[in-house]
Amino acid sequence: MALMNEKITLKNAIAKGDSMTKLSMILMGAGMFGHKQKAKGILVFLLEAAFIFYMISTGFHQLAELPGLGESEQGKVWNEAKGIFEYTQGDNSLLILLFGVVTIFIIAAVILLWVLQMKHSYKLQLACEKGERIPTFIEDLKSLFDGNMHITLMALPCIGILVFNIVPLVYMICMAFTTYSKEGSHLTLFDWNGLVQFARVLNMNGSLGRQFWGVLRWTIVWAIFATFLNYILGMILALIINRKETKAKGFWRFCFILSIAVPQFVSLLIMRTMLQPQGAVNVMLQNAGLISSPLPFWTNATWARVTIIVINLWVGIPYTLLQITGILQNIPAELYEAAKMDGAGPATIFFKITLPYMLFVTMPYLISSFVGNINNFNVIYLLSGGGPTNVGDTAGQTDLLVTWLYKLTVDQQYYNIGAVIGILTFVVLTIVTLITYRNSSSYKNEEAFM
Amino acid sequence: MTAANVKKNRANPRKVAVNVLVHVFLAVLAVIWVTPIFWIILTSFRAEPGSYVNSFFPKSYTLNNYIKLFTDKTVLNFPKMFMNTLIIAVFTCLISTFFVMSVGYSLSRMRFGFRKTYMNIAMILGLFPGFMAMIAQYYLLKSMGLTEGGMIRLALIIAYTATTGLGFQIVKGFFDTIPRSIDEAAVIDGATQWQVFTKITLPLSKPILIYTLLTSFMAPWVDFIFAKVICRATSSQYTVAIGLWNMLQKEYITQWYTCFAAGAVVVSIPISILFLFTQKYYVNGMSGAVKG
Repeated sequence: MALMNEKITLKNAIAKGDSMTKLSMILMGAGMFGHKQKAKGILVFLLEAAFIFYMISTGFHQLAELPGLGESEQGKVWNEAKGIFEYTQGDNSLLILLFGVVTIFIIAAVILLWVLQMKHSYKLQLACEKGERIPTFIEDLKSLFDGNMHITLMALPCIGILVFNIVPLVYMICMAFTTYSKEGSHLTLFDWNGLVQFARVLNMNGSLGRQFWGVLRWTIVWAIFATFLNYILGMILALIINRKETKAKGFWRFCFILSIAVPQFVSLLIMRTMLQPQGAVNVMLQNAGLISSPLPFWTNATWARVTIIVINLWVGIPYTLLQITGILQNIPAELYEAAKMDGAGPATIFFKITLPYMLFVTMPYLISSFVGNINNFNVIYLLSGGGPTNVGDTAGQTDLLVTWLYKLTVDQQYYNIGAVIGILTFVVLTIVTLITYRNSSSYKNEEAFM
Repeated sequence: MTAANVKKNRANPRKVAVNVLVHVFLAVLAVIWVTPIFWIILTSFRAEPGSYVNSFFPKSYTLNNYIKLFTDKTVLNFPKMFMNTLIIAVFTCLISTFFVMSVGYSLSRMRFGFRKTYMNIAMILGLFPGFMAMIAQYYLLKSMGLTEGGMIRLALIIAYTATTGLGFQIVKGFFDTIPRSIDEAAVIDGATQWQVFTKITLPLSKPILIYTLLTSFMAPWVDFIFAKVICRATSSQYTVAIGLWNMLQKEYITQWYTCFAAGAVVVSIPISILFLFTQKYYVNGMSGAVKG
């Protein structure tokens, strides 16, 4: 029985707390103040006071505007005396939404603080009843550099992630359910309109839906080619360099790895200019008399797709080489010897031993590079810019979901549709990650290669 | 043993053929990989302007492209961009290294309720396209008044560092490989966690510390998407990457193409040196992370 009572839960704190603990339901920090932790109690109370001040001064107003997202348009009033039009301040739905989201996050943080301080008060109360020593404020501060150091170390990074990643993401997700778009000029004032944009994007018969499914198909094809071709060809290259008979291993590695050292946007931009209709490659091929008209590297959809995949090999193989050389050397030599003994050729050894072993060890790396390729903005944007684009479309033939998202928001200002695309990208990635991870041998049987 | 020696000495013709073939193959590939880099270096010394040439090697060589890059401030102010990027890179490097090391150490060495949640959240956030947050971040920074004039530098530093706490995997993997018994011994001797972190773990982690410092220093030099979204039209705050990108736009390319090549070489040299220097740490970090 006694143990049950001493469990530090919110329920116990409310039901079994003494007067000071109960008081902290309204006056946060009272429980600490009453149980020998005065400084901490005052600090927590000050936080509550700041929160109440914030809510009264702006918070409630912002929450109240959130459902309607602002109504009044910017007005123009003729001022007789001055003889000019005066503009009245209209509502800006964008800012209302932003501050609304921020307010909701602040409220959530305060609720969390409330729960934590209730539990802490109850814990202190129990300690007081048992006559245990209560740590002083100085001791608490010192523990931030000892037992509780994770709080000190993680505080700033967590705030950064919360403010500059989670809040923006929630904000963008909200946009998907609004009319915020250039269409119908809803750029300053917009409203919630539920799932309308999702229906438009997913509808295969509409123009938008047709583009979406096309882009999705190419995104997945691209990610598969980019990930697995790079992986397998990079591994073969690493194996060739690692052969016992290959001379000057370091030199070969240096040649390939040199290309990583050049910033990616530089090498990609160079490739793009080299492959233009009037670029170096076409000019040289024409001069040599091999072709009569320029090859359509960026102007024909199929050519552009193949070119991008090939150039990505140039970019990606050195990374694979760099990352898996070390792991390749870890493959137990006995496996190879046994296979050779049984008369296996190089191809059999590769497909029966090297590849399964590597897949097993590097599955997390493969999954993350697959995700990285689906979100690979640089290669597409810098090489083809998503083109060639059919007349009337916003998505080009080589656009990935991310580059399309960029075009829709930054260039075209169809923010709501862009947000829908972002959410759908996340859904696709989650599904792909879960399926591959669950089917990978490292998940099913962790000791398969032991 | 003698049989093996005999085998080694007598060259097997098939083996020799395979060996020659392998080396030829490697040489061809190496040429493919090195040519674009070689070409950009040649272009940076080319005297004829413009991007369209009809020979691989320039007809005449000059240093003017480099001189123009660093002295012509009228159209594209490259020296200013260089300084902007340098300032941003120094701050980004220090702050994000602190963030990554802190998070990596906490997750590897400390045990607390929030730990698993944090790692799961980091994984989920990694699945969102980086762009989605980027555009909203711009509005957040704008509402803080950081997207005008000189404040753009601060905005870029914030944008490059704020979320680096999510990229802890490699560092955590490295910390995981340091035996815990060392920490435990120090704690028994009365060291606090802070002392363990600063006096024991960090000195033992020099490779990964250098790796993190250098990769975060490079980030602002090679990122151009973020810089473009945040700078918009404020050309005085452009970073090197946007400047180089602009040189290839229609209105500049004929005048600035060879300067672009020179700029690319200028940016690539320090990065290449840093990279070759840290390659070892990169490989170690990766294999550590993969081992979990």
